[in-house]
Amino acid sequence: MRQLAIISGKGGCGKTTLTAAFSSLSKNAVLADCDVDASDLPLLLKPEVLKKEDCLGLELASIDPKLCTGCGICLEICRFGAVLENFTINPYSCEGCAVCTVACPENAVSLTPRISGQAVSSMTRFGPMAHAKLGTGEETSGKLVNLVRKKALELADRYSCKLVLIDGPPGTGCPVMAAITGTDLVLVLSEPTVSGLHDLKRAVELTKHFRIPTVACINKYDINEKKSLEIEAFCRETGIPLLARLPYADVTTEAMMKEETVIEYAAHSGGSEAVEFANTVRNLWEELEMRLSDTFKEKMCSEALDTREL
Amino acid sequence: MPVPKTPVQNTITITDDCFLSLCTGGKAQLMKIAIASGKGGTGKTTVAVNLALAIEEVQLFDCDVEEPNCNLFLEFELEPVEEVICLVPEINPDMCTLCRNCSSFCKYNALAALPNKILSFPALCHGCGGCSFVCLAGALKEKPRPIGMIEKASPESSLTFICGTLNIGEAMATPVIRSLQRHIDENRPVIFDSPPGTACPVLSVMGYADYCVLVTESTPFGFHDFLLALEAARALKVPVGVVLNRDGLGDSRVEEFCRAEGIPILLRIPNDKMIARLYSEGTPFVKEMPEWKKKFEDMFETIKALACKNTGV
Repeated sequence: MRQLAIISGKGGCGKTTLTAAFSSLSKNAVLADCDVDASDLPLLLKPEVLKKEDCLGLELASIDPKLCTGCGICLEICRFGAVLENFTINPYSCEGCAVCTVACPENAVSLTPRISGQAVSSMTRFGPMAHAKLGTGEETSGKLVNLVRKKALELADRYSCKLVLIDGPPGTGCPVMAAITGTDLVLVLSEPTVSGLHDLKRAVELTKHFRIPTVACINKYDINEKKSLEIEAFCRETGIPLLARLPYADVTTEAMMKEETVIEYAAHSGGSEAVEFANTVRNLWEELEMRLSDTFKEKMCSEALDTREL
Repeated sequence: MPVPKTPVQNTITITDDCFLSLCTGGKAQLMKIAIASGKGGTGKTTVAVNLALAIEEVQLFDCDVEEPNCNLFLEFELEPVEEVICLVPEINPDMCTLCRNCSSFCKYNALAALPNKILSFPALCHGCGGCSFVCLAGALKEKPRPIGMIEKASPESSLTFICGTLNIGEAMATPVIRSLQRHIDENRPVIFDSPPGTACPVLSVMGYADYCVLVTESTPFGFHDFLLALEAARALKVPVGVVLNRDGLGDSRVEEFCRAEGIPILLRIPNDKMIARLYSEGTPFVKEMPEWKKKFEDMFETIKALACKNTGV
């Protein structure tokens, strides 16, 4: 079993577009949409739901108004500012730490379980997929990401798949860490803009922190060739293999409007730009598959871990 | 539209503030505007930076602490303001009686009891202080652990700009955002560049605002994520307006939806090569294309008027 995560730091670099394209190229993969805040892969892949499972998040405090004497101890002791002046709990601030339950002299505070989201196992035209819907404003998206990855592994076992393809969330925080820990390879997408380069650096620092072999790809490289060169230089300096430079192409939007992957779209549209773009993605995918193969892992993995100092 | 699962009554601490800020002097000068979007890369930072540069006397807060990008466009000299810390437990083994109160209390598995000692995992700690509260032996002290940084632009900069950065490898963005919000000058309008998504960090920004600008593009992904962000804003009862970015790309689904729902479209930024090029180089386009300064000013005036209407002032 191999796991590949696709992240970018910055949003809107093309993670989902590329993950979807890979899903139509891979023969034996499970998809895991770990961008649980804003899960977009299902929009393209139209999954048929097999099973749903609630994800329990951190518990939520509640104050029994019949027992509460308004002494204010809970208000004072809560470090998350979740107890309001009228002794009710702001559910968006409460982190379920339970300090108020032990601090309350009247035993008026109790914890109740809350559902932070749902993990879904599905089937798509390219194989099984695990995804999720996070409840609005829930804290524990990392926990839900873990559940999605667990579901993906279960699906992989059931349908004997060899690869888990992870569409990662943006950022560098809790959900991203949950999406990349324990993976075999991380593909970091970048775009040639000041923020694209800045966020690439932070994403690479993160994969280095977790000692995960990392490769990079520039999307829309031709919107600013000078910045693309800077990204290339950064990759060279840090020893991150740059696997592809994808051009800016209208086909990505056109395919999205038709709710297809770029590979599917190129196959029937037949436009030369579309076909060329699909071929670049195909080459990138072959390169990734090679790096995920057993022989490559044995020979190269120790080297891949030795990313140079940033 | 699915209903939020958690009850939302009495949760809007901001309403009073908001009302106050609008009532004092009968002007809406003290607005707090959050620039948000469900999907990443739709142009939050672009809108926040250009809006801040177009209006004078405004404070800009970069609340996207996982990827703070505003200053890439502003290029101010930053000076440190404070280090964001999380209070984590430190156990004095000589005083610890191994009663395990602390490890069984911790909801975040940040403390584990071994036969002869208590182990702590600071990276998992949320800093609630529960362990030191329940420790009967007084063996637990709390010590600060840095998780992020708050910086601000030097005083000679043209704009009041404060930004927060979450350290790499740290999970919790919300404490950094909360620290950031403590530096707000309540006497001047504020613009927040918020993180993407709809989870806790976004809510802690939106919940602090009087008005929320959702930046989106009219594509299936953009629209889907816009609906999620809208749901979040509505749960917090924050009035919403839309900036349509890369206008001309995709279709008209966002427009049609906004028309049907009565959501104002405040500004359209065309899918323009010049704007894209300036963005990629890190130049805010109001600087190079002065006609846009007026458009952002108008947008700010519209927001002020709309916020007054929405609160019934």
